[in-house]
Amino acid sequence: MADSITLQVTRYRPEEESEPTIQEYDVPLGRQWSVLDGLNYVKDQIDGTLSFRWSCRMGICGSCGMTVNGEPKLTCGAFLTDYAPGPVRVEPLANFPVIRDLVVEIGDFIRKLPSVQPWIVREEERPVSEGEYLQTPEELDDYQQYSMCINCMLCYAACPVYGLDPEFMGPAAIALAQRYNLDSRDEGSRERLDVLIEHEGIWGCTFVGECTAVCPKGVDPAGAIQRYKLTAATETLKSFLLPRGAR
Amino acid sequence: MSGHPAYTEFHPRWYRRQMSTWWWLGKRAYLVFILRELSSVFVAWFVVFGLLMLRAVGQGDGQYQRFLDWAASPWVVVVNVVALLFVLLHAITWFNLAPKAMVVRLRGQRVPGSLVAASQYAGWVVLSAFVIWLLVGAG
Ligand code: SF4
Ligand code: FES
Repeated sequence: MADSITLQVTRYRPEEESEPTIQEYDVPLGRQWSVLDGLNYVKDQIDGTLSFRWSCRMGICGSCGMTVNGEPKLTCGAFLTDYAPGPVRVEPLANFPVIRDLVVEIGDFIRKLPSVQPWIVREEERPVSEGEYLQTPEELDDYQQYSMCINCMLCYAACPVYGLDPEFMGPAAIALAQRYNLDSRDEGSRERLDVLIEHEGIWGCTFVGECTAVCPKGVDPAGAIQRYKLTAATETLKSFLLPRGAR
Repeated sequence: MSGHPAYTEFHPRWYRRQMSTWWWLGKRAYLVFILRELSSVFVAWFVVFGLLMLRAVGQGDGQYQRFLDWAASPWVVVVNVVALLFVLLHAITWFNLAPKAMVVRLRGQRVPGSLVAASQYAGWVVLSAFVIWLLVGAG
C-alpha cells in the first residue's frame, strides 16, 4: 500500500481570486486517518492558510461537512483508506455560498429553523410542582430518530430542490419540526403546520430521497417529509369535511 | 449598529455556485428521480389510451376493429412498451415510498416498512391474477 495520498482541495481566497481554484496536497495515508485528519495535516505541516471547519472529530458536532469525491460527507467519518489510491477531491458543501476555501455560509438554515419552532410548545405550562412530563418508551420511540439530527447540512447539500430554489425550507428543518410534532409533550403541531403547508414547506419536496441517503445520523428527513405530507393532506381534508368543533 | 453586520472585510464576496441544467446527470439517484418524474407523462398516456379504447368500444364493432388496427401499428406498440416500462418504474418507486409516508401500527407495535411494502406487492399480484383470470376466463 502506498504511504501517501493526494488531496485535491478547493481553495477560494476572496481577497485575491474571484473564483475557486484547486490545490493539491500529498498527505500520509495513515491506517485510521479520516479526510479531516488529512486536512489537519495540511493545515499543521504544509499550508496554514487552508480554512475549514471542524470540532469534535467524532460525528457529533456536525461542523465538518464537505463534499468528498462528489458526495456530501462528514470528513471526520470518511476514511482516506476507503479512497485509496486517490486522489481525493475535497470541495465545500454544495448549495451554500462559499465564504472561504471549504467554509460555507449556512445562515439561511439558521434563519429558517426557528420558524418551525423546534422546541416543545405548550398551550399552558404545567407548574413545576406537578413534576416532569412523563413519557413512555413507545412515545420516545416515535420521535427519537428525528432528534438525532446534528445540523450538519449534508442533506441540504444533497437536495436539488434546495439547490434550485433556496426558499425551500429544506430537509433537516422539516425533520426537526416533525421531531416536536411527534413528541407526546408537545402541543405546537398546528402552528408548525401553518408554516410548513406553504409551497416552500413540505410541498416543495419532490421526494428525490438523497437527503436520507447522505444523512450520517439515520434521521431519514425524506421519510419525515412524506409522513408530514400525509398528515397535512388529512388535516386539509378534515377542515373541509368536519365542523369546526370536531377537528 | 445598523444594517447587516460585516463579519469581515470580504463579507460580500461569498462565492455562489450555480446549479447546471444537467445536474440530474451527475448522480444515479438524481437520474432515477428525473425518470420517475417523467413517468407521470406515460401514466397519463395510458389513461388517454384507455379512454380512446372505451370510446371505440362504445361506437360499435367497426370502430373497435379500427382502434385495434391502430393499436397494432408499430409506433403505437413501441410507445406502449416504453410506457409500460415507465409505469412499472412509477409503480415500484411508489410502493417503496408508501412505507415512508405511512406508519402502520398493529397492537401498538410499529409494522416494519418492508412488510408495508410487501403487502402492496401482494395486493398487486392478487389484482393482476384477477385481471388475467378475467381475460383468460372470458376467452
Ligand atoms: S437530517 Fe441528517 S444530514 Fe440533515 S442536517 Fe440533520 S444530521 Fe445532517
Ligand atoms: S468534526 Fe464534529 S462531526 Fe466531524
